[in-house]
Amino acid sequence: MASGNGVDPHIEVRDLTMAYGSFVLMRDLTFDVNRGDIFFIIGGSGSGKSTMLRHMLGLKAAAKGEIRIDDHLVTTEPERMRDLLQRYGVLYQSGALWSALTLQENIAVPLQEFTELDQAEILRIASLKLALVGLAGFEDYYPAEISGGMQKRAGLARAMALDPEILFVDEPSAGLDPLSSSRLDDLIVELRDSLGATVVIVSHELPSIFGIGTNCVFLDAETKTMLAAGDPRDLRDHSEHPTVRRFLTRGEFDE
Amino acid sequence: MRPDVEIRRLDDAVQLRLIGAWQLGEVRPVAADIAHEIGTDPALRRLAYDVSDLTAWDSSLLLFLQDVDRITAQTSIVVDRSSLPPGVQRLEALATAVPPKEVEQAPRATALARLGEAARRFWESIGDYIEFLGEVTQAFGRLLVGKGQFRRADLVELTRQAGADALGIVSLVSFLLGLILAFVGSQQLRQFGATIYVADLVGVAMARDMAALMTAIVMAGRSGAAYAAQLGIMKSNQEIDALTTMGIRPIDYLVVPRMVALCSMLPLLVLYSIFLGIVGGAFAATTVMDVSWTEYWRQTAGAVNLSQVTGGVFKGTVYGALVAFAGCYQGMRAERSSTGVGAAATSAVVTGIVAIIAACGLFQVLFDVLGW
Repeated sequence: MASGNGVDPHIEVRDLTMAYGSFVLMRDLTFDVNRGDIFFIIGGSGSGKSTMLRHMLGLKAAAKGEIRIDDHLVTTEPERMRDLLQRYGVLYQSGALWSALTLQENIAVPLQEFTELDQAEILRIASLKLALVGLAGFEDYYPAEISGGMQKRAGLARAMALDPEILFVDEPSAGLDPLSSSRLDDLIVELRDSLGATVVIVSHELPSIFGIGTNCVFLDAETKTMLAAGDPRDLRDHSEHPTVRRFLTRGEFDE
Repeated sequence: MRPDVEIRRLDDAVQLRLIGAWQLGEVRPVAADIAHEIGTDPALRRLAYDVSDLTAWDSSLLLFLQDVDRITAQTSIVVDRSSLPPGVQRLEALATAVPPKEVEQAPRATALARLGEAARRFWESIGDYIEFLGEVTQAFGRLLVGKGQFRRADLVELTRQAGADALGIVSLVSFLLGLILAFVGSQQLRQFGATIYVADLVGVAMARDMAALMTAIVMAGRSGAAYAAQLGIMKSNQEIDALTTMGIRPIDYLVVPRMVALCSMLPLLVLYSIFLGIVGGAFAATTVMDVSWTEYWRQTAGAVNLSQVTGGVFKGTVYGALVAFAGCYQGMRAERSSTGVGAAATSAVVTGIVAIIAACGLFQVLFDVLGW
């Protein structure tokens, strides 16, 4: 649970090429996500941010190159990923809660799948996770019965069910008002700090990026590769790439 | 190292020394033992933790702390959490930041009340059916005066799905049905040396009822379920809301073309099914029962008349409307969830088939009275 703040790569992306069939989306991607980082994958619409995430999760195979988490190669074969799957949690864009299950059952699923705990313990952990995201008392609600913001928080509770070392978050602010969105950001930071996890976020919300980001990679759809990596505030002020600075200043930067 | 706890007394305070790796999957000490230790002692004022030997922790520790809190809440003991790891303190703060929502417990209904509720809901659902029927009728009214709102390409596609795409399965089912009828009939007719009348039996049964019935049931499984699933998913994706807000009536745009497609294709499928049923019967009769093709054909031509065929085709058309109606109704009323869509597809098939059989029974009486 301890988090080292030194430079200690948690996820390594090496020479990655992402492609759909013969259509190359991004090439020559090489960067590290360090332990304890709140790492943003940023870029314009259609630059392959979500595809990048799918590669990291082992949902899509790399056309070339590799991704390692904790020195384990990420593959699309579920059997070989089983060890890794327990170490990361994913918060999907719309929560992706299973609509046929109550919130408590949703969180219980990964615990039943990956641990030997008895049912009473599993339900208690599920309640605890719900309390952590401010949803105590909503155990028996179905996802359809709660608001979008609450669904996101419940999704976060499910992502944390196994006390993951890495939390992947896809577009945390999509569909949320600025206030709920910033509260969700705070919650993510709080959980990162207390659990010592690494967080990888796909987003193009500048307030989020500058508010909580400690590291990032910038994907550019035009050149089909990454233009920069590092602290987002640094990139905004000092990047040598006009595209990056324009993006991070909402176009206010001109050469 | 396994998680363990040591309880130490210091005057009016008790100190819990947490030892080892408190992680899920490891058996952790039971908090009730501590309750035993402290619950009986009124002199206790404070409870503190010592974590110098705590090597690792996760949710397991949090659950234990929750238990301890629950025990001390009943006493006047003040819990001092300041020596816990900062992460633990923050998580505890988070977990208690928002008070649990009070869930209002609905009083348990008696059997009689539940029966009444079910009856009321059934009554409401009938009203809902009639309302939907009214909306569909209005939509057809608009279609007739040239104010239909659906896309022609959709109708063509739906017609192809309900017609040409169904030919394979209808062929198979009809051929086998004719064959089965021939075998069942021949068992009885052979006793009177009247095997040739198998042709009459198969021909009349297929033309009057069986072709329409089987085709409609196949279509309830194929198209009815598909309609319910399509519309149900469109509803949960808010696609139906999008149509409404664009000034397009969902009933006109989605339900009407589906009903038109099924009602126009079912008569053709029924005709086709009658023909293949007779071929199936002939196949059985010629291969097993020593009846020649010409004999069979002549016998069939004498037994089946046009009014039987038109009756069958008419029934098929009505069944088609029932199947499309059930599918569309269930889809449009589906709940916005994956289970909701599944339930809608199931209901579409079940209500579709029940409606077909009920209508078939009604037609028997009606046709008998009318002498059709």
